[in-house]
Amino acid sequence: MKTIYLDHAATTPVDSRVLKKMLPYFQDQFGNASSVHRLGQEASQAVEGAREQAAGFLGAKPEEIIFNSGATEGNNTVIKTVARLLKKQKGLNHLITSAIEHHCVLETMQSLEKEGFKVTYLPVGQQGIVSPEDFRQALTPQTSLASIMYANNEIGTIQPIAELARLAKERRVLFHTDAVQAANYLDCRVNQLGVDYLTLSAHKFYGPKGVGLIYRRTGAPLTPYLHGGAQENHLRAGTLNVPGIVGLGEAIALTRSEQAQRSKQAGRLSTRLRVGLTEKIPDLLINGDTKRRLPNNVNITIKYVEGESLLISLDLKQIAVSTGSACSSGSLQPSHVILALGVPKEFSHGSLRFTVGQDNTLDDIETVIKDLPPIVSRLRKMSPTAPAKYH
Amino acid sequence: MYNKQIMDHFQNPRNQGSLERPDGEGEAGNPVCGDMMHIYLRVKDNKITDIKFQTLGCGVAIATSSVLTTLAKGKTLEEAAKITKMDIINQLGGKDQIPPQKFHCSIIAEEALGKAIADYRQKPK
Ligand code: FES
Repeated sequence: MKTIYLDHAATTPVDSRVLKKMLPYFQDQFGNASSVHRLGQEASQAVEGAREQAAGFLGAKPEEIIFNSGATEGNNTVIKTVARLLKKQKGLNHLITSAIEHHCVLETMQSLEKEGFKVTYLPVGQQGIVSPEDFRQALTPQTSLASIMYANNEIGTIQPIAELARLAKERRVLFHTDAVQAANYLDCRVNQLGVDYLTLSAHKFYGPKGVGLIYRRTGAPLTPYLHGGAQENHLRAGTLNVPGIVGLGEAIALTRSEQAQRSKQAGRLSTRLRVGLTEKIPDLLINGDTKRRLPNNVNITIKYVEGESLLISLDLKQIAVSTGSACSSGSLQPSHVILALGVPKEFSHGSLRFTVGQDNTLDDIETVIKDLPPIVSRLRKMSPTAPAKYH
Repeated sequence: MYNKQIMDHFQNPRNQGSLERPDGEGEAGNPVCGDMMHIYLRVKDNKITDIKFQTLGCGVAIATSSVLTTLAKGKTLEEAAKITKMDIINQLGGKDQIPPQKFHCSIIAEEALGKAIADYRQKPK
């Protein structure tokens, strides 16, 4: 039985067309892109090709692209180095972010707070979306940088980046967006968005793991996070991950040409999933705004049950999903994203996230709609908090 | 995800359900992650003749609840009161079979049973 993978927000498989492009760079064309000889120069050309592909997708200049190991590195680099630099140069010590950012942004912000920075964590309300008015009011003369994700990884809600970036610009505040989840489905052209920095990870759009990029608008400040060689215009030291970068380039080029189709297919599947589950499972809630969300994300709360036990039961049926339940996180912390929606704590406890991808079929979705309800009934029967009708 | 014993108890929980007018009942919650376990007892001549559980929680919580009931059933109240979380964990393959952050799930089982026994003892007979 094949696995029905509905966890594409966690990671995606490498597209075979991408893998094919990458393979030569492991053995035959293994050169170091910094070497002067022919092998090195071939590797370097491949990297520059990928840079153009990435620039094309973002509507940026190739020299504005900095390759790295992924968005955790990218977000750390942008936020820490820009914040520290502007503090040193101009004495600015205030940063803005949202309460629903990925941990790699939130923990970076928290580490800067320990260095003495002030950070505003904007609330999102029940829709899971930052209000531009809140954002405008958070801007102060002390603000150097704002970092707001383009689309949320758990509930898929889309933030009004263009509007927020415009407000930031009016106040001469630099703007960064973590666009990791958005790349597959949303317009990421940096001039349309008006952002100064944007970060991506290739493995979220059918590229390989361990490679990503920073877009940095020409003239926007940035200093290296890792020190060493002169790679990436002295901004990111370390031997270039040539096969990975080639993979990122191909994956981003495919995304550029197939984005519309991906969105359409994902939208069809996730709508069917949402409708099917809502019809079959009583006491089910949808988390996050229903319209302003990624087409591939369905996040639900199933009342009176716990997410990890749902997840294991689905896993036994070869269906892979994820949950925001405290029980399934190593830290036993409930999802900060679901909590930020201002809903009762139990809502994260029984939350499930389905994120469809390009290889899913309507059959996969129908299987889930068929398999999940009996699992829910079984667990509700067991649950001391479920009303008598479920026992 | 978990070993055979845990998965077996998770999928085929023993003594799951509730008892009408139980002789004793107890509930323990887990403030850490929001889980809940409820134990129902039927007691005759100081012996637990029947026991049922209801649990809202992770796979380990459900498995430990199930194991607890098998350990307690048929025991005298004094014997049952001595069941510890280690007894439960040992039935599921031992300490290294359960992720450390999941140990607390078996504590709620121990606690719920303790409360159910106390409840029985303080009830007017
Ligand atoms: S019940 Fe929450 S971790 Fe086990």
